[in-house]
Amino acid sequence: MILQVPILALLLGSALASAVALWAACFAIRVLRGWDITNGSGQQLALERATQLVSTLFGLVMLIEIAALFLFVFNADRMATLFVGAMCAVGTFNANAWGFPALTLKIAVFFAAALWLRLDRLDRAGHDYPLTRVKYAAILGIAPLLLANAAAELAYFLNLKTDVITSCCSKLYTPANAGLAAEMTGLAPGRALWLLAICGLAVALAGGAVLLRGRGARLLALAGIAFFLAALTAIVSVISLYVYDHPNHHCPFCLLKRDYGYFGYALYIPLFAGTALAAGVGMMRALPRSDSLAAITPLAIRRHTRRALAAFALFGAAVLWAIASSQLILFG
Amino acid sequence: MTPWVRRQQALADYTLAAMARRRVKNIGLLLIYALVIFVIASATLFSTALRHEAEIVLAEAPELIVQNLVMGRHDMISAEIIEELEAIRGVGGVTGRLWGYFYDRVNGANYTLMVPLDPKMVPPAGQALFGEALPRTRGLGWDTAPLFLSRYPGDLFRLDPAGRLSHESALVSADLILLGEEDFRAFFDLPPAVYTDIAVSIRNSREIDTIVAKAGKLLPNARLVTRDEISRTYQKLFYWREGIMVAMAGASVLAFAIFAAEKASGLSAEETREIGILKAIGWDTRDVIAMKLWEGGLISLGAFLFGTGLAYLHVFAFDAALFASVLKGWSVIYPDFRLTPMIDGVQLTALFFLTVLPYTAATIVPIWRAATADPDQVMR
Repeated sequence: MILQVPILALLLGSALASAVALWAACFAIRVLRGWDITNGSGQQLALERATQLVSTLFGLVMLIEIAALFLFVFNADRMATLFVGAMCAVGTFNANAWGFPALTLKIAVFFAAALWLRLDRLDRAGHDYPLTRVKYAAILGIAPLLLANAAAELAYFLNLKTDVITSCCSKLYTPANAGLAAEMTGLAPGRALWLLAICGLAVALAGGAVLLRGRGARLLALAGIAFFLAALTAIVSVISLYVYDHPNHHCPFCLLKRDYGYFGYALYIPLFAGTALAAGVGMMRALPRSDSLAAITPLAIRRHTRRALAAFALFGAAVLWAIASSQLILFG
Repeated sequence: MTPWVRRQQALADYTLAAMARRRVKNIGLLLIYALVIFVIASATLFSTALRHEAEIVLAEAPELIVQNLVMGRHDMISAEIIEELEAIRGVGGVTGRLWGYFYDRVNGANYTLMVPLDPKMVPPAGQALFGEALPRTRGLGWDTAPLFLSRYPGDLFRLDPAGRLSHESALVSADLILLGEEDFRAFFDLPPAVYTDIAVSIRNSREIDTIVAKAGKLLPNARLVTRDEISRTYQKLFYWREGIMVAMAGASVLAFAIFAAEKASGLSAEETREIGILKAIGWDTRDVIAMKLWEGGLISLGAFLFGTGLAYLHVFAFDAALFASVLKGWSVIYPDFRLTPMIDGVQLTALFFLTVLPYTAATIVPIWRAATADPDQVMR
């Protein structure tokens, strides 16, 4: 293991998250068994009080996990200088078998955290806590994810040795390989951009329907997720080429480097935020209806739809700017 | 402005006013908290600055150094190898380097003697350029005072000063003596046509690995050290020292977290009454929790800014007087150098995680306890 401050911070965050997740999951079982807001017994009252603590703590853990994703990725990029063969974060994640699983789990935790925080806020907005059961059922689902994330992260950091020779991004993101990364790299630039544009249109139409007619929230969530996947593919297949001004450099992580003006953050932050917001819109529509939230949910859905569309638009603007300002000519 | 933002603004306003009423208690907490952050932030800032210095220094180093090994030990390398290395495609320039160490029995220090690679820097015969620390430790009172080095009893080798190396380069040149090739060979009694090692510059950094492989085939007994390897070693060393310091300071963070939890659970009668009144006039449990979280957040932020600010001054204005020997290392001749002030966002974020997280985690349960108490119970 490399004794480095960001690694210690991430491990501390994960340890805290795991402890809270375990405790919250145990409490969630009690809530699912005995929660009845109409009951005025002392047991229910104690449960109601305890939910305040658990929700606050779990909410904080979720916020920490969102910040941890950025720290994890940024630090991986920074550590690339320590590994032979590494040029960017890809080399660091590739330094052992746990790097990419840890990153994938961290991204999954990020989206789970964003959705749960949305759920929590909606629940607190209703005077009778109408979503408490759903919220705690969700904790039961998220807790294993948090534990798996902490375990993968620990395994990754413990096995991180600087004397291994890792492979650089140009070895991973090349059409010659087998696997998902190579498939994304091999997709023709024109096709990738068309795919992105179609998904973007779907998002805009679904978002418009939600805002104008109050319908299509689930569709927006699906379109948002499709846009996310199309955007990642397009970044690897074509957008990165424009940023690097290079026809063969497909790495989605080098974008985060200072050499390219940290341009990756202008792409990834709106993309991740937009996807989380769009998925949140779908989730809010799918939640069980309740009287106390009858007026609040539609407003929240509209607000989140506007924000999701704005985030996707920011991503789109960043993509257009990358293409317009590039010296590379891929078409025509 | 959304209702949520308005609510948070009102809570922050109220919390600030409430904190001002308990000024002494809060300032005390803030100072102790800031002290803990100061220790960790000093280590982090100092290590970041050292890593940065190492990067700057190594940017000028040759891409590849070739050393001769005999029985696993470093030995002089023949000048004939220079031509062989020059023949490798992609090699920009090959230069034989002459450098060595000399133990000075007068003050117990080790000097580095070297023939400068830049011909403009080579001093005339019998003269030398001295590093910043050398005249200081040998007590050479005036600028033209000669340096006498004794290799064995009865021997005196005189070097007249041709100038002094600038203070800015002290980190690498404090113990350095730069002299001409003839003087160097005479001083160490070296035969001609041998060098300490060979520096190879490579035009395209992407070709380094290939050139190292070719040189390795050509010189199977040689040790090939690339600039990246040296840089990596320094980075690892400084990361490790910083990590050790921070891990040790972890004990103080833990102690502080226990202290903060204790402090938060022992609410004063006045605070308890305040919470009771707030709840009696219609505040919800979550409002009280939010208010207390704001309090914790403001204290954390204040302590973080204050502690980090102090650490910045400590490291860059006062040369990290408290921890320098741990992080820098130690020797008889130690360069007296100033670090370039710099702040690393990742390190600061990590620092925020390491200090604010334990505090928040430790205080949240006491906060909840206070917030869920019944108004009549606490006001009684």
